[in-house]
Amino acid sequence: MTETAHSALAHQFDSLGQQTDAGSLGMWVFLATEVLFFGGLFTTYTVYRVFYSAGFSAASHELDIVLGTINTAVLITSSLTMALAVHAAQLGRRRHLLTLLVLTMALGTVFLGIKGLEYSHKFAEHHVPGPTFQFEKEYFRHAQIFFSLYFIMTGLHAIHMIIGIGVLLVMWVLAWRGKFTAEYFAPIEISGLYWHFVDIVWIFLFPLLYLIGRHA
Amino acid sequence: MSNTVFLPPRHYLNEEYGIASWLLTRDHKRIGLLYLAAVTFFFFIGGAFAVLIRLELATPVGDLVSDETYNKLFTMHGVTMVFFFLIPAIPSVLGNFLIPIMIGARDLAFPKLNLASWYIYMIGGLFTTYAIVTGGLDTGWTFYTPYSTASSTSNVISAALGIFITGFSSILTGLNFIVTIHRMRAPGMTWFRLPLFIWSHYATSLIMVLGTPVIAITLLLVATERVFRFGFFDPALGGDPVLFQHLFWFYSHPAVYIMILPSMGVVSELVAAFCRKPVFGYGFVAFASLGIAVLGFLVWGHHMFVAGQSVYAALIFSILSFLVAIPSAVKVFNWTATMYKGSIAWETPMLYAIGFIGLFTIGGLTGLFLASVGLDVHVTDTYFIIAHFHYIMVGGTIMGYLGGLHYWWPKISGRLYNEWLAKFSALVIFLGFNLTFFPQFILGYLGMPRRYHAYPPEFQVLNVLSSAGASILGVGYLIPMAYLMWSLRYGRVAGSNPWGAVGLEWTTTSPPPMDNFAVTPEVTWDAYDYQSAAAARQSTQSG
Amino acid sequence: MSQHVVQPRIYYTIFAILMLCTALTVGIAFFDLGPLNAVAALVIAMFKATLVVMFFMHVKYGPRLTWAVVIGSVYWLGILLTLTLSDYLTRAWRTFG
Repeated sequence: MTETAHSALAHQFDSLGQQTDAGSLGMWVFLATEVLFFGGLFTTYTVYRVFYSAGFSAASHELDIVLGTINTAVLITSSLTMALAVHAAQLGRRRHLLTLLVLTMALGTVFLGIKGLEYSHKFAEHHVPGPTFQFEKEYFRHAQIFFSLYFIMTGLHAIHMIIGIGVLLVMWVLAWRGKFTAEYFAPIEISGLYWHFVDIVWIFLFPLLYLIGRHA
Repeated sequence: MSNTVFLPPRHYLNEEYGIASWLLTRDHKRIGLLYLAAVTFFFFIGGAFAVLIRLELATPVGDLVSDETYNKLFTMHGVTMVFFFLIPAIPSVLGNFLIPIMIGARDLAFPKLNLASWYIYMIGGLFTTYAIVTGGLDTGWTFYTPYSTASSTSNVISAALGIFITGFSSILTGLNFIVTIHRMRAPGMTWFRLPLFIWSHYATSLIMVLGTPVIAITLLLVATERVFRFGFFDPALGGDPVLFQHLFWFYSHPAVYIMILPSMGVVSELVAAFCRKPVFGYGFVAFASLGIAVLGFLVWGHHMFVAGQSVYAALIFSILSFLVAIPSAVKVFNWTATMYKGSIAWETPMLYAIGFIGLFTIGGLTGLFLASVGLDVHVTDTYFIIAHFHYIMVGGTIMGYLGGLHYWWPKISGRLYNEWLAKFSALVIFLGFNLTFFPQFILGYLGMPRRYHAYPPEFQVLNVLSSAGASILGVGYLIPMAYLMWSLRYGRVAGSNPWGAVGLEWTTTSPPPMDNFAVTPEVTWDAYDYQSAAAARQSTQSG
Repeated sequence: MSQHVVQPRIYYTIFAILMLCTALTVGIAFFDLGPLNAVAALVIAMFKATLVVMFFMHVKYGPRLTWAVVIGSVYWLGILLTLTLSDYLTRAWRTFG
């Protein structure tokens, strides 16, 4: 072997290509576990939606569809900026990469901000399950289950967003320090996979939580 | 023939010294040993609970402990054994140690993640130990709702969180194994040249990765329901307790395959090595491992035949449960066929392998009885079920674990253990095990319920036999601890291939160097190529 | 892991389609299509997710193993949903309410 190993090459790998492939596969397997992790919640949701559809409709109607739609648009945009960030990394454009990472994080933060606003509304309207919960008598129990699902599913999603922003922050620092080149940018691509996944979860959460019974 | 073998001057155990070199190691072999210490610790904790249970059950009256305490005893026996011993033992100890070596790699794909998995396991263990020592858990290891979410006053949340955290150890280990096996095989090591141990661990890793997240979210839901009174599983709040059972068993049934598949992988290695033959029907055994993993996800409702699920769903789950026995049977037939006309050596690991084959067959067959809805309704929640799963988990998994530990002990430690004591312990364990659990089949069929510490006096004889067996079994487990530890310092030096077996792990020194191989191997031979090995020996002897 | 460089043009196109689909799914929600409302919402969501997976996550240009992981995970979730619902939809009794 005449070439010296790349500084980022870990000792258990024979080549940077092997390391990148392994890292990518590792993130994909992790995302598979996340599908099943959220999947348990989606299963719970499905069972109760089938049997409590009227109550779920009534409860879903109480969510702010404008904020929800805006948030969906925000996340999709952040996926765009993330994809462009990976593209910039592929071409070794450090300045673009840094900017696009910042944009992605900013959009993620906007999402969380709007989410926080929605949560505060729910608190004010007594739609938080527990002793303070209030809802019309006919759908009380079913709506409470809906809101329990709402908080757990969007809460878990928000936790994933926060972690994602943290990861991107680390990526930004590493990129700023010049760690990534057109030859080696695997961590950016892998972080992007995670970010897109969190977006996909929201793509499903949005219609399932916000768009039931809107025609009523 | 002279027997002057020496330990290699430098190997993974003496490469670095000091506690930091162990607690911050990235080496898969050292991490395997960290797990060995941890799972052994939890095994004895779980065993201690078992001792108390069998002590209580020696008399028909509930006189040793109160009802509430007894609930805690069987719960914590189950939780400790299932989540902290049976699921991690073989993959995290033997799998971690051997997978890179068997495929010709220097380490797993993600060594730092591997270390993190151990720490996550330990943290989960800490939470659960906290739950145990500050009052215990009394819900059964199955956490059935609404008792666990609404009524139990025991440490549900800390125990659930402990298992939740440990689950991530399992997930990350599985992830590491999958990526490693896909991407880090040595040149020439094609999929169908891999040892069957690897196939088994690959299949196990698929289950770990796909199933564990579901129990993770389910336990999270139990914890949040307890804290926030959400009501997903509580009928008083509009929830369905059976939904909990669906989510719980979606993981917990495949979990039993996480427990048995690695053990089967070990048995494949042992049978090949001690019959000096390739495993019969290699391809069938490899695909049977995958088949078990896949089919294992389709049968969970057989734990819920009397829970209130629909009859039609029960039918589907019943048929699928019959199907899942087929790949297991294929393996048993193939191991037996491997032994036919093999040159059998009755070393300790082989004793454990044969014990596995017999006891697993009994356990598996009784599983078929349980797949039949009619019969299951009669014996559900009786000692028949307990006997069934202990035959698989103890007669199966633990036998395989001990067989593997003994087989690879020379590779791990560089030393041989005392063969006489080892064979003796294997016998004691076999006899003790059968005396403990066979009476329980009868007890269950006669109607003795599980999770009760008081029973009709006519069941006492069988219970006493079972408790006697348990004490013998306990002694049987203690003896290997002693002689294995003793061998570390005083055992005969093993040399790189004390068994004369075929496999990449036997081509490197015992103990192996830090990077496993002096030179990355290039594989041009099939797994278990004993014919070529014998021919090579003959030519060197005659030449 | 794709060394294949995707042109930004493609990303912008996908982005536009995703935004359109979002508008579509919100719009459809305001019409009463009975059970088809849920179907439409899920179909659109699955389409959006597929676009993100294929293009933003580069699966279209990636190794087959990645496809297997994606399809496998979705299929396994399908197992959980299908067999669980096979219980709930065939029960002659309600155990909760």
